Amino acid sequence: MNGNIEPIVGRYVHVDICGVMHRIYFEENGSGIPLVCLHTAGSDNRQWRHLLCDDELSRHYRMIAFDMPWHGKSNPPDQATSGEYQLTTASFTQAIRAFCAALALERPVVMGCSIGGRIVLNLAIDHAREFRALIGLEAADFQQPWYDTNWLHRPDVHGGEVCAALVSGLIAPQGPQAARRETLWHYMQSGPGVFKGDLHFYRVDGDLRGRVEKIDTAICPLYLLTGEYDFSCTADDTLRTARSIPGAQVTIMEKLGHFPMSENPVQFRQYIAPVLHQIRQAG
Amino acid sequence: MTQPSGPWITNIFATLPKLLDADRELLRAGRWLNVDCLLGPAGQPFLVSIREGRITEMSALPKTMPSWRFSYTASPQAWIEYWRPEPKPGWHDLLALTKRGEAHLAGELHPFMTHLQYFKDLLALPRSVVSGKSA
Repeated sequence: MNGNIEPIVGRYVHVDICGVMHRIYFEENGSGIPLVCLHTAGSDNRQWRHLLCDDELSRHYRMIAFDMPWHGKSNPPDQATSGEYQLTTASFTQAIRAFCAALALERPVVMGCSIGGRIVLNLAIDHAREFRALIGLEAADFQQPWYDTNWLHRPDVHGGEVCAALVSGLIAPQGPQAARRETLWHYMQSGPGVFKGDLHFYRVDGDLRGRVEKIDTAICPLYLLTGEYDFSCTADDTLRTARSIPGAQVTIMEKLGHFPMSENPVQFRQYIAPVLHQIRQAG
Repeated sequence: MTQPSGPWITNIFATLPKLLDADRELLRAGRWLNVDCLLGPAGQPFLVSIREGRITEMSALPKTMPSWRFSYTASPQAWIEYWRPEPKPGWHDLLALTKRGEAHLAGELHPFMTHLQYFKDLLALPRSVVSGKSA
């Protein structure tokens, strides 16, 4: 065998989410503490491929990234009709908990980015005891909208191209060009209306202002890391959110934007490795 | 440090047609685009005619009966910051500028949104020209 085969393995698991069976695709590598990684809106688990291949981290963590329903290789469920896809706080929360239960993960760490970062806050509010630690990347209780999401899904605009062009500005300019292109490629491949449907959670249903104060970091540690070039979830949004959560640990990441794990994996590693080390040391 | 003035920004904008003509990838991205739009400094924008991705005309806004589909205008500081080789956070993207109130996007936005990356890249072309001059 001459090919350089990566250590990532991909499989499917059938999961009951809110009474509906879903065939969920996930990839994983490593052994040890389960670390479940959540992708951003309108993308898929490929965003995490660099982290999953990390030699050192894979010695201590079983790193798992799954495609949310309707994303990547997790098709819409068989029961899905032609109705519009909309992610909600309840369905997102249940998808994560059901996936963790299906794999029998014992008190996993969950790390989510963007919408994944927002839902991590909800996990901390309502289900903290189920998790060893929670990590929110580009996470805040609320962010000001900066464009009309109707442009994301209409027949006279190419959805893939407009989705990618909108988020391209959220990537820091210092990252490798290949990583930038790959990050945007994921957005170009999302199903019609899926990015918009995810943003229903982000903008309409998932406003956590006034709720994050309930988070008890003594039950479950919370880490928030935000890239300085993210103008969707700004550093100020994250810092404001953290001020309401005693014990939340905040890092503002230089030369990174809204997609730290995929837009500049080397730069991101400098920030996430110490966090994962700290979680491991805490036992 | 002396901040560039309004005429400096206007002169930089005047280089856009040539810069675009030299960028084959951007011309390819805009090959289906035909639009008249306002681009430039707030208060003194250019009326820009784009045909099949090329800028065919660019002039000061006519006093009588100007016609355009959309406008993207920004403060002088916004253009200076946007054109830095490594723009600062929040000044590095056309929509980051609108979010912070330093730029204004208005009109019939369909041609802008169908070619959003084209316009981001077009208006970033001067980065290669002003490198080191405005810092």
